[in-house]
Amino acid sequence: MTEMSPMDHAPADQSRTDQPPVLDVRHLVTELRLRRGALRPVDGVSFRVGRGETLGIVGESGSGKSMTCLSLLRLLPRPGGRIAAGEVLVAGTDLTKLSEKELARDWRGRRISMVTQDPMSSLNPVYTVGDQVGAPLRYHGLAHSRAEARARAADALGRVRIPSPEARLDDFPHQFSGGMRQRVVSAMAIACAPEVMIADEPTSSLDVTIQVKMMDLYKQIQEETGVAIVLITHDMGVAASICDRIAVMYAGRIVEQGPAREIFRNPAHPYTRALLNAIPKLGEKSKRLYALGGQPPSLLDMPGGCRFAPRCTLADAKCLAAYPGDSDLGSGHRAACWRLSEEGAPDAA
Amino acid sequence: MTQFVLRRVLQGLFSILGASLIIFVITRLSGDPVVLMLPPEAPEALVQQMRERLGLHLPVWQQYLVFLGDALTGDFGTSYRWDMPVRDLIFERLPATIYLASAALAFSLVLSIPFGVISAVRRGSWFDRFAKTVAMLGQAMPNFWVGLLLILVFSIHLEWMPAFGADTPAHVIMPAIALGWYPVAAQTRIVRSAMLDVLESDYIRMGRSVGVPEGVLVWKYAFRNAAVPLVTMMGVYFASMLGGAFVVEVVFAWPGLGRTVVEALFARDFPVVQAGVLFAAIMFVIANLLVDLSYGLIDPRIRHDR
Repeated sequence: MTEMSPMDHAPADQSRTDQPPVLDVRHLVTELRLRRGALRPVDGVSFRVGRGETLGIVGESGSGKSMTCLSLLRLLPRPGGRIAAGEVLVAGTDLTKLSEKELARDWRGRRISMVTQDPMSSLNPVYTVGDQVGAPLRYHGLAHSRAEARARAADALGRVRIPSPEARLDDFPHQFSGGMRQRVVSAMAIACAPEVMIADEPTSSLDVTIQVKMMDLYKQIQEETGVAIVLITHDMGVAASICDRIAVMYAGRIVEQGPAREIFRNPAHPYTRALLNAIPKLGEKSKRLYALGGQPPSLLDMPGGCRFAPRCTLADAKCLAAYPGDSDLGSGHRAACWRLSEEGAPDAA
Repeated sequence: MTQFVLRRVLQGLFSILGASLIIFVITRLSGDPVVLMLPPEAPEALVQQMRERLGLHLPVWQQYLVFLGDALTGDFGTSYRWDMPVRDLIFERLPATIYLASAALAFSLVLSIPFGVISAVRRGSWFDRFAKTVAMLGQAMPNFWVGLLLILVFSIHLEWMPAFGADTPAHVIMPAIALGWYPVAAQTRIVRSAMLDVLESDYIRMGRSVGVPEGVLVWKYAFRNAAVPLVTMMGVYFASMLGGAFVVEVVFAWPGLGRTVVEALFARDFPVVQAGVLFAAIMFVIANLLVDLSYGLIDPRIRHDR
């Protein structure tokens, strides 16, 4: 297991600002061409994740979170999906410039991997778990024989805390429970000790108790290997429990990002505030449960100005006219809202 | 699993019994074989004596019971025409039919699997259209016509292939193409659509996301999942080729069961027709049983369910 992680273990709370980010996404634009025209589900997204750091990307469904994920590994639906602009730098290499072959051979699963939304359908039903977990090891040349692939697959299953991993190598996915299947998928993703792991709502289809266990597991794996994690979720509670930093996405753009603590204590963007208000609080005998009115804009009919303006209680003529630039709120906290650039934080959402 | 097999075998026995009853009645509706066996001026007494010797004087239901009883002991009677035990005749001709049907099935798979898989991967490409055209041609032409064209081009004009008989391995090629081209269209279509579904699935994307090469994803991970509907369809066509190669066997003078049954039918050679159809039904049931069993080999979920 020691040779699996070439990196030494960094304490989780150490400042990481001094080292370059392992994942640096710059102005990423993803296009989907449909018969009705081209959509931009991801429209100018930028973020960085350091080694051993977890970035949470939160937002409603349809905000472009999953499309951002798929873009990072260039797994967009084909035909029609493509990265139209921007860079995805992993340890300094721009993945958008590589050939499909290079990407598969040296990057996917080797240095950047992904855990997808639905663990029930992410495993091939007709091949054994050992075969599937061993696949990335074999194709990346980390296992030179069948026996070695099996041994290392068992090792990976052990690292995701699957009991008696050797005995389960020859089992098929349908012989595992939902939570165990998600562990198998995670074992595939971390088998080659990648530097970046993208987890797209890895727990949304699991029981709440299993969700907590999975999140703990990701934290442990991160402490062991220093992997940078991008966690996509629509659940603010999950984001709060594991993320170092949070990016809030709305209609294809990041409207606010910063240290998790900052985002929860001093949300700057009206949309972030609305999201936080929508979390029911325990022990607070409150009025009605808060719900944000309206719907996110259609990708086919994007408003010209601030994309949140049609639902925002603070919107004025300026908001409808042009998209606001990012305002720097200090310590890496940034938000895109006209109210911030004019008169500081808006009063209420 | 054992219970499942037993149930299928039992169902198969009922199918065979049903087929034997239907063919028994229908052959008897086709006319009196004694009329064909004796000259028209034969005296009535002789005709009656002949009927009694063949057991044809009994009511049909009694004839059927006698036939069934004999069949259970492996006795299918004697051919009126060839004057030899029907069992020997069938066992002499059956292997040739199985051989031809297997070759035809192999031909159909050799075309339809690559056609279907590559068409799915490159849907809308020139290859997709080309494969569809080749496959449709086979479905559009009756197999005897394909057979005659093959003979005309490859045996008569080019003189590359033997036109009829079954003496060398080369003899099977043209009848196999004539018989096996027809299912190519349907098999290609089913492989293509199953592959399209599977290639969109999460587990293929997962495989891609950990760096599994595209060729492995398509031919190993995806194809095995797409194979179940193909095996179902293939089993049906194989069974029908076993029992229905009559025309192709006649065109190529192939010494199989189909041609034997056709000749026996014209001669009102009841025992041969009955046994021939019975064996075709048995082959049909066995082919379907093998298809059912093969699901478990392909898909472990089916294996563990039963």
